[in-house]
Amino acid sequence: MSFEAFMIVAAVLFCIGLYGSLARRNVLAVLMSIELMFNAVNITLVAIAKYLAPAALQDDISSVLTGQVFAVFIITVAAAEIALGLGIVFAMYQTHDSVDLTDATGLRH
Amino acid sequence: MLFQDVIFWMLSVMAIGGALGVVLAPDLFRAALLLIVVFIAVAGFFVLLSAEFLAVVQVLIYVGAIAILIIFAVMLTRDVQRGNLPNRLQIPAVVFAALLLAALVTVAVDTKWEFLPADQQARVDLVQTNSVTTLTGEVLTEEGVTSPEDQAEVQEAGLADLLISDYVLPFEAVSVLLLAALIGALVLVRPSPGTGRG
Repeated sequence: MSFEAFMIVAAVLFCIGLYGSLARRNVLAVLMSIELMFNAVNITLVAIAKYLAPAALQDDISSVLTGQVFAVFIITVAAAEIALGLGIVFAMYQTHDSVDLTDATGLRH
Repeated sequence: MLFQDVIFWMLSVMAIGGALGVVLAPDLFRAALLLIVVFIAVAGFFVLLSAEFLAVVQVLIYVGAIAILIIFAVMLTRDVQRGNLPNRLQIPAVVFAALLLAALVTVAVDTKWEFLPADQQARVDLVQTNSVTTLTGEVLTEEGVTSPEDQAEVQEAGLADLLISDYVLPFEAVSVLLLAALIGALVLVRPSPGTGRG
């Protein structure tokens, strides 16, 4: 269980999420893949905060919590994103009767 | 250390297997359930990384709120005939994701990381594990933090203090963002007047 192992697991999670968000047709599958990518970034931030030396560590010990603060902000933004994303999904389902991204062509013409 | 290694590999299998299931499962409902498995595995990673508060937040917000919202959305908009199909971009997406993965793994392995000095790792773990609690003087003395200045410094280090001192501007911005997003979501799903619903 080294630092590199955490980074590699997070990279694998991120790339699976990236593939899912690019290659799926269902909006909900894309939203779930985006959540996977958020989680991978959070793992990376917390692992870096634990294992690597922040430059300011000599001055103030609380700087080792910076990674965790960033992760808290990302979790909050993810909550906002999923609320808004699901609102858009429901609005699309009401107007198109479908949650398929290939049907969402209203802005193309 | 061995015990932690075993936990780490179990969590890794859980997270990566679950994530593959999320993007590949033909049934969206199963994908949403596997997403919960991934979230719990990530909470386990946070515990291993001495971020216990984040692990609790992860379970509360991701498993308790976001996953439930997604399951509601899956059930309300169920597309049973088509399920979770890939689009035309599947092969370019696989190639792109694989290339990015190769680049990220190369960076993670090849970089000469500047690790914490071994004598400071214990104190950093102490501060990170207790990011939302204030330790008493006796506990700190047991942990090897003896001088009064060091004890005061470790006691003052906390997530809440950082959020309302150094990061107060992002904190306020994110609260406004959350409010705006929730109002926006309500406006989006509100039935338009005259349709006779709601």
